[in-house]
Amino acid sequence: MNTICRLKVVIILLWFVGANCQSAMVSIKGGTYTPLYGVDSLQVTITDFEMDVYPVTNADYLAFVSKRTKWRRSKVISLFADKSYLSKWVSDTIIGADQSLKAAATNVSWFAANDYCSSKGKRLPTIDEWEYVAMANETQPDARTIESYNEYILSWYEKPKTFNSEIGSTFMNYWKVYDLHGLVWEWTEDFNSVLVSGESRKDVDTDSDLFCGSAAINATDLMNYAAFMRYAIRGSLKAKYTMRNLGFRCVK
Amino acid sequence: MKRIYIVLAIITSIMLGSCTTNTNKDQTYQCPMKCEGEKTFAKQGSCIICNMALKPIKDNTKTLASADDISDSSIFNLTTKWNTEEGNTIELKELKGKTLVMVMIYTTCKAACPRLVADMRNIEKKLPKENLKNTQFVLISIDPETDTPEKLKAFAIENYMDGEQWTFLQGSVSGVREFANVLAVKYKEISPLDFSHSNIISVFSKEGELVHQQEGLGVNNNETIKKIIETFK
Repeated sequence: MNTICRLKVVIILLWFVGANCQSAMVSIKGGTYTPLYGVDSLQVTITDFEMDVYPVTNADYLAFVSKRTKWRRSKVISLFADKSYLSKWVSDTIIGADQSLKAAATNVSWFAANDYCSSKGKRLPTIDEWEYVAMANETQPDARTIESYNEYILSWYEKPKTFNSEIGSTFMNYWKVYDLHGLVWEWTEDFNSVLVSGESRKDVDTDSDLFCGSAAINATDLMNYAAFMRYAIRGSLKAKYTMRNLGFRCVK
Repeated sequence: MKRIYIVLAIITSIMLGSCTTNTNKDQTYQCPMKCEGEKTFAKQGSCIICNMALKPIKDNTKTLASADDISDSSIFNLTTKWNTEEGNTIELKELKGKTLVMVMIYTTCKAACPRLVADMRNIEKKLPKENLKNTQFVLISIDPETDTPEKLKAFAIENYMDGEQWTFLQGSVSGVREFANVLAVKYKEISPLDFSHSNIISVFSKEGELVHQQEGLGVNNNETIKKIIETFK
């Protein structure tokens, strides 16, 4: 009898641990909205999906590289990550002394983030999906016209070293998602669909010699400076780049 | 309890043992005189007809593995699968050994792609003949849902690019996204059948390392030609 009881306890514990391992997700109800960079029809329709509540943490990423050795700092190839990949870590499996296990994993390339998500049966969010969830504040799904929302984001851009903060330290938005603003920038699946040329002076003119059909892409909401910054960052990234304040989360 | 350990130990040793015998099996032997044609044997021994000792045959896969020494930055590290316009399924490393000139296009494109394709043909025209046979021109579709191998083949014929030096590739949506990221090509679907994309022609060495990128349309291609020729030195 005793042994059966113990077994039950063990099974319950295992189940609990297993459930905890899979990072929590919330479902996002789809809808239609106009992103900063509209396309022909200007409206984008998002279908229902699930999103990670928090960005992927150092602890999550540590577990990932201990299993997938090709993403260890010493093993990663230069095709997939630049030299600053996980550069703040002490070794392949030890994070930096001033880093928290509960802080967002940063200094990871798009290739690594992409593989992380697919190893969990998930994927990176598209820009449109990410922006759709990120335009919410605590109470409204679309807070882009609210002054305090924009001010909050812009004040974050001025705050130094927020990447050291632990996940969940910013606000929970309308969709019950944390940390979209205020912690780190995040990779998106199709970050390379932002067509601005490298030279900032050229961004005013769409360079039709470099980009086929680039005239179709123009900012629809120039007031939304915060979003403008995000698109600018995405436009300047290459997939193997890694940055101290660039992390990611997955969707399904 | 002890019994379980013993059983476990036996099972693992059997599994390990079977592994080693398996690897030996991969080696095949053949009569050096080929008395029985191409017949191969699984074990060492002598030929029944001429009595000579059987020789181990070099395994094709093994020679490939030894030639697999590719550098960190080589695109042959990518393991995604691609369909060619001829209906074959390949990995990029099967293109190894030739200088690669690559560009991303889509066949329903009306604006830049015809000019990009023309740029590719101009590069081909300007290359010295002896270099041409060691160069492969690869056009990768950014619209894999529309551009099936059949469509790509038709496009190749229509544009006089059906020769052996031309290869057209259809990938998966994620494979194309990954490859575009390797080339630093940006693209966005504007509407079905219409994409914005950066106009970049990339040159890769025989080992799959990026040596040059030509950006823009109708630009002077002397630099690109020079870099291609340098890959043969």
